[in-house]
Amino acid sequence: MNSLTKTETIEKTTKPELKEKMSVKYLCAYFGDVQALSTVSMSIYKKRVLAIIGPSGCGKSTFIRCLNRMHEVVGGEYVGEIKLDDVDIKKFNSVILRRKVGMVFQKPNPFPTMSVFDNVVAGLKLNGFRNKSKLKEIAEDCLKKVALWDEVKDSLNKAGTSLSGGQQQRLCIARTIAVEPEVILMDEPASALDPISTAKIEELIFDLRKNYTIVIVTHNMQQAARVSDFTAFLYMGKLVEYNKTKKLFISPTEKRTEDYIAGRFG
Amino acid sequence: MEEYNSTKYKWRIRKSNIAVMFAVLSALLVLIPLFLILFYTVQQGISSINWDFFTQMPKPVGETGGGMANALVGSAILVLLGSALGIPVGVMSGIYLSEESDSFLPKSIRFLVEVLNGTPSIVIGIVAYITFVVPMKSFSALSGGIALGIIMIPLITRTTEEMVRLVPSTVREASFGLGIPKWKTTLHVILPAAMKGMLTGIILSIARAAGETAPLLFTALGNRFWSTNLDQPIASITVFIYDYAKAPFDDWNRQAWAASLVLIVFVTTLNVIFKIISRKRK
Amino acid sequence: MVLKKLFSKTEEKFFHSNTLQNNERHLGDYIFHNVTRLFAFFVLGLMLVMFLELFIESLPSINKFGLSFITSSEWNPVKDKYGALPFIFGTVYSSILALMIALPLSIGVAVFLTEVAPTWLEQPVSILVELLAAIPSIVYGLFGIFVLAPFLKNVVEPFLQTHFGFLPFFKGSFYGFGMLSAALILSIMILPIITSISRDVMKAIPDSLREGAYALGATKWETIKIVLISSRSGVLGATLLGFGRAIGETMAVTMVIGNRPEISLSLFDAGHTMASVLANEFTEATSSLYVSSLMEIGLLFFLITIIINSIARLIVNNVTKKYGKIA
Repeated sequence: MNSLTKTETIEKTTKPELKEKMSVKYLCAYFGDVQALSTVSMSIYKKRVLAIIGPSGCGKSTFIRCLNRMHEVVGGEYVGEIKLDDVDIKKFNSVILRRKVGMVFQKPNPFPTMSVFDNVVAGLKLNGFRNKSKLKEIAEDCLKKVALWDEVKDSLNKAGTSLSGGQQQRLCIARTIAVEPEVILMDEPASALDPISTAKIEELIFDLRKNYTIVIVTHNMQQAARVSDFTAFLYMGKLVEYNKTKKLFISPTEKRTEDYIAGRFG
Repeated sequence: MEEYNSTKYKWRIRKSNIAVMFAVLSALLVLIPLFLILFYTVQQGISSINWDFFTQMPKPVGETGGGMANALVGSAILVLLGSALGIPVGVMSGIYLSEESDSFLPKSIRFLVEVLNGTPSIVIGIVAYITFVVPMKSFSALSGGIALGIIMIPLITRTTEEMVRLVPSTVREASFGLGIPKWKTTLHVILPAAMKGMLTGIILSIARAAGETAPLLFTALGNRFWSTNLDQPIASITVFIYDYAKAPFDDWNRQAWAASLVLIVFVTTLNVIFKIISRKRK
Repeated sequence: MVLKKLFSKTEEKFFHSNTLQNNERHLGDYIFHNVTRLFAFFVLGLMLVMFLELFIESLPSINKFGLSFITSSEWNPVKDKYGALPFIFGTVYSSILALMIALPLSIGVAVFLTEVAPTWLEQPVSILVELLAAIPSIVYGLFGIFVLAPFLKNVVEPFLQTHFGFLPFFKGSFYGFGMLSAALILSIMILPIITSISRDVMKAIPDSLREGAYALGATKWETIKIVLISSRSGVLGATLLGFGRAIGETMAVTMVIGNRPEISLSLFDAGHTMASVLANEFTEATSSLYVSSLMEIGLLFFLITIIINSIARLIVNNVTKKYGKIA
């Protein structure tokens, strides 16, 4: 654990400059004939949290599902350019891309037949890692990172689905970071949870930000304001405004953003 | 108020009561044959059921006693052979159908599976006869097992497809999101989750295969002697019942009832297991 | 990052895996997909082979008799002349009779289960009805031979003849074995399938419809009528599936129908079905034309069941689309 504290201190002392991790240009996404997104462009910065806000049906989920090509899984298509570290994501094998760009879903979805432990290391195990003691170390480490270790350390062999909703969601986050992604996408990760679990998840996002680039979709504007560095406001499949979170919330340049933040619609 | 006490109103009430009575009566009526069948099978068969019945070979005509050890073993072998064909084909094609949905090919295969499900088992027996018995110049356990396997396929395919589809798409997405390839997702995440349901399909299809007679008539044929050779005719409980039921000897007829009792107990047990598993799933 | 240090060099490849693999289909996916597809094609191939084999084997008979095979009622192995009409008639007649008995009862039971029975009774009765479907057909045959046929011969058939003997259906001498016993056995066997699908369809009818009817002052029966009308297409599909089942049934019918190739309206007379003639004569057929004729019966039998089951499935699947999974 020595090295961990070392990296932390390094990060605290050297304030990292803004580096582009992913870039999105003129993204248009479709479901069959229905256009869900039109010409969305934005930058996603390394080790920052980007929040996507907007009323339901504005294309938030579609947007982040494009980022790791989960959009294809449900039969959608997109045109435009999405780059990860300056490489078009269409050039990646989708499996490898999703290892680098992990995802946490709206509803906690632990694998139903697996134990807590197996859930955490599922991604590694199914990719051929067999070394038990290493897997255990990783599981412990990841569960500690999501602040779940103390709660489940005695019940690692229980079914993952036996945990409470908030625990399940943290378990799913642990499962995601176990495969060491570079970017974590979160699709309304707290919307199905109670306020206390929500607070824990938000705290967790704040911690994870030290090591990961995070994109979070939320319909909760307070949450976006609390956890994110940057915020993008999507409306009717279009990007209305994109700015540092503080600026966007305090002095939005667009009338529609102001109205939405003020709760006048959506 | 007069209107409501009119004869028309009374007639409506009476008609309704008659209809409800009819429904209750038909429910009762339908249960009568079930109880009769169970009653007669137990009453006629129980006297012939003893240790010898399970361990002895059939006695020659004229002698009483004897058992159906060869038929029990034969049925087990036939069902095992059938499972060896039916389970892999059924499960794999079920997985294929669950993953492909919209295009013409899977649709037509799905439809053919339904058609195969409705195909009379005797037709399958004839086809097995043409394909295996004629070229091999002998009735055989193998041809019988294959016929049973073909009968098992549609049921297993259908339940596998349904159960795999029942696994929430979020589970599949979570696995993709971890960068797990599709085939590993299917094998290690989806199939374990669908396993219980698939098991019910397999159990039901085994029950069905064990009770089949028609496809065995021209394939496994039946055998009064001990045989476990796959290329030789083999005995089975159902053909045993058929032969013994037609025979003009009371003792044989009783043994047919006894074999039926064994068969019913076996099939019912499998059905009860099926019910328990599918209850738990809910 | 710290986790990576835990791994050996080879395992580390996982984290630095070749980012620019452009072969989108993963090799494992490719293999797995094609293996499952192979098995699915096996089913397709199976159906084709079944059809082709039956067709080829029945060619001699098709060439010799042509259309007269299905219009002629002479089935004479001694003269080597074969006509399948008695078997087609027997199959259709016994199945229609079975349906006439089973359909009203099935609907009655389905109504009982969905509209009348208290909740605690619903499940046990359903299970018992489904148990009827689990009993192997050979056991039905045994029951038919030793219980049903003697009962019909001693009690039911004398009664029918004395009171309804003027009808063509109850003419001639009676033996217990014949159309009536076949139809009765078949009706018991197809009851569960018609009942369970009809029940599922009726269950899928939203309660708001029933409440709406009651609120208008409808009686129970009038409400049930509305439910029945709304679920009619599902019940029709269930009926056709039951019909297909009756047509395809072999053992039980063979054991009780009497096995004589006659065409007679009388329920007392023996008959023969396509399935029973196959079960009885296939292994005994001597001349090659005899075998071929039996094969042609098999082919016709196969085609008839395909057509009926296809129509039934289309109807049931349509209903399923509307109300969710039925059967």
